[in-house]
Amino acid sequence: MAVVSETIKDINGYKLHMVKTDKFKTNTIIFKMKAPLQKENVTKRALLPNVLQSNSKKFPTTGQLRGYLDELYGATFYIDLGKKGEYHTISFAMEVANERFLSDSTPLLKTAIDFLVEVLTNPNVGDGEFHKETLEKEKRSLKQRIQSIYDDKMKYSNNRLIEEMCKEEPYSLHVHGKESEVDSITGKDLYDYYKKALAEDEISLYVIGDIDEQDVEQTVSERFTFSSRTPQEVVKNQPAQVEEQVIKEEQDVKQGKLNIGYRTNVTYGDPDYFALQVFNGVYGGFSHSKLFINVREKASLAYYAASRVESHKGLLMVMSGIDNSNYDQAVSIIKEQMQAMKDGDFSEDDLIQTKAVIKNQLLETLDTARGIVEILYHNVVAGQEIQLDEWLQRIETVTKEEVVQVANKIQLDTIYFLTGTGATK
Amino acid sequence: MEKISFDQLQEELYHEKLENGLEVYILPKKGFNKTYATFTTKYGSIDNHFVPAGKTELVKVPDGIAHFLEHKLFEKEDGDVFQQFSRQGASANAFTSFTRTAYLFSSTSDVEKNLETLIDFVQYPYFSEKTVEKEKGIIGQEIDMYDDNPDWRLYFGAIQNLFENHPVKIDIAGTKESIAEITKDMLYECYHTFYHPSNMLLFVVGPVQVDEIMEQIKDNQAKKTFPSQVEIDRKFESEKEDVSEKKLVLPMNVHTSKCLVSVKATNTKKQGEEMLKQELTTNVLLELLFGRSSENYETLYSNGLIDESFSFDYTQEKGFGFAMIGGDTNNPDQLAEEIKRMLIEEKSSRKITAESLERTKKKKIGAFLRAVNSPEYIANQFTRYAFNDMNLFDVVPVLEAITIEDIQQVAINFISENRMAVCQVVPK
Repeated sequence: MAVVSETIKDINGYKLHMVKTDKFKTNTIIFKMKAPLQKENVTKRALLPNVLQSNSKKFPTTGQLRGYLDELYGATFYIDLGKKGEYHTISFAMEVANERFLSDSTPLLKTAIDFLVEVLTNPNVGDGEFHKETLEKEKRSLKQRIQSIYDDKMKYSNNRLIEEMCKEEPYSLHVHGKESEVDSITGKDLYDYYKKALAEDEISLYVIGDIDEQDVEQTVSERFTFSSRTPQEVVKNQPAQVEEQVIKEEQDVKQGKLNIGYRTNVTYGDPDYFALQVFNGVYGGFSHSKLFINVREKASLAYYAASRVESHKGLLMVMSGIDNSNYDQAVSIIKEQMQAMKDGDFSEDDLIQTKAVIKNQLLETLDTARGIVEILYHNVVAGQEIQLDEWLQRIETVTKEEVVQVANKIQLDTIYFLTGTGATK
Repeated sequence: MEKISFDQLQEELYHEKLENGLEVYILPKKGFNKTYATFTTKYGSIDNHFVPAGKTELVKVPDGIAHFLEHKLFEKEDGDVFQQFSRQGASANAFTSFTRTAYLFSSTSDVEKNLETLIDFVQYPYFSEKTVEKEKGIIGQEIDMYDDNPDWRLYFGAIQNLFENHPVKIDIAGTKESIAEITKDMLYECYHTFYHPSNMLLFVVGPVQVDEIMEQIKDNQAKKTFPSQVEIDRKFESEKEDVSEKKLVLPMNVHTSKCLVSVKATNTKKQGEEMLKQELTTNVLLELLFGRSSENYETLYSNGLIDESFSFDYTQEKGFGFAMIGGDTNNPDQLAEEIKRMLIEEKSSRKITAESLERTKKKKIGAFLRAVNSPEYIANQFTRYAFNDMNLFDVVPVLEAITIEDIQQVAINFISENRMAVCQVVPK
């Protein structure tokens, strides 16, 4: 039996993805819009979902809209912005109780779909522009959200790394947009942009739960109709030459944040993508990995030291929080461990262990509806059709030689260090 | 073995108390890939003043020792238990809270082996001077990380405002100075006092065969000997009803201010169904007052005092409890005043209607259904409830039974200006 069986239907201008499973007590609906990351639109895209989720024609205040959700047994409704490679994604997600587990058996899935249709297709718009007070409230809130990134030093230093490393690439744009661009967006600009996005974005609708697939398909196709389109694709670009750069920044912090960016030169859909996943597991993905063992357990330098892969842009990011004075030692351990990977200095046992943990992690992710969508959406972003069983099988067959080969494609690009005031010598 | 059925939720729970006092619970979950198991001791950061096992005099131990012990239990003479779990395809972790220390793993294969590893590593401590010293560097970095985190500082500052004596005000990880005092002998002393099976609970949830798992656990325990169980003698100093400090302002390297209003709870001696009712009713009251569909939320949001980071939360354990309300704001003083005003206004004007109560109960019931999709939630929360003589699966019936009078009663008892404090993080 397949680990997850996904049914995909082409409907008016979008694709409906359904996963039927009886393991959850709720049903989940996620509406995703995807477009290339572009400087001129990024701030509008960040503001848009917040404006849409605050009210609609039928629910003109947030109180009314949220009160309606409470009535639906506390259906959750939230938005999320994402960066997948050089695409900007907007998600509207709902999770609603399956009435089978309630003493009140009024069907909730269709009602939830209707709610989503209302919010997306009947926004609080008059004279071709979004409701003014709503827009102003959300602009203020967005500016505060952008500002507060500075306050979370882990996020901040990761962002700074990307900004420095991908300076000339759209990937350096932030999902929440730019603070200085927020004020000038008018209700008309934003509504015009929304119409354009609905007409041009690649739209994917996921419905996960104990569902009747035919019934869902019919419900959805009656309610959501968009014009057909050919979604815009981004051209993958990598800098012609990668040169190592070091950026140090001083701030009033106790702990230094070390973030190192590598180019993997491998993305989802490439033949060696699975070898890259295994590479990352041996190098820094888990608590048995080289980084955890050598930076934390042996040298006692850090509480966290880990790496992760960005699948669609082709990046590997190392992060660790260290004492300001231990920068040189930490960097040299991280580099040595990378060299060890390139030299094939790891055992067959390390591979077996890592594959078991990756398999475990993937299967665990599939135990949540959001996790299922996150994994399946890789195929949409990369234009692939890799089944999850194939994932598992291809992880299993990765050899040591393949891991070494992929390791030798990886290039160090940028070392970023956020350090305490007066600590740089 | 006892079987408890929850028909509406379509779940079955199996329970047995073993001879050595260990409580074991198993909840089979069909269709899930992963099995999740937690092995938890009723021992957290607040248990810092007690009579050690086999002794007669009270001792006070350094701040952060329960958390330090949690870290050190993973290291054995022949290496690190994380390694063993990952060889068996599992991911392992642990956490220390005010009242509990939990060790856990999740895996989609080799469940029996991993379960054996979990129980054995927790029950065979190995501490040496050398590894204890090494850990001080690692935990020192964990402490620095939290020190730079404005949300954590805000949260802890809000707790410290409320309590004068209660050890809940101590940071769970301690300080670099306090952990410097920790020795291997202290760790053994805490271990032998609090890790007796009779002070612990094992919860397994996932696609498992109940009989086999129960047999395995019983066999494992039958092979080990433990001293006879004794009641643990913990000491808590008396705590006044009013707050310790009314206001704390923390200047930090941030761009956005943050503000939390905290409220110190009363009647925190309760356990069992009484506690469950108080906890749920207080949660419903806060949801009515500050939830996203409330009038107050809309007022605060429209006036530009809050953004999406606004949240509220109520924590109750035996001997202490508190509510926290707030988030990021560009006007921390005005937000504090508004939140306090909204709380006090409810106490006097009783604006909550039966209709909004019913709606909020529905919301809470739906949230519970969503939560029980998660094996992590079930295992961790069930354990917390069990340590307070409550049953997690009573949540829905108790919620359904809450009346408008219950809400009013809680508002009268809970809301009092003398028990409110304000903590703010502001740009330096």
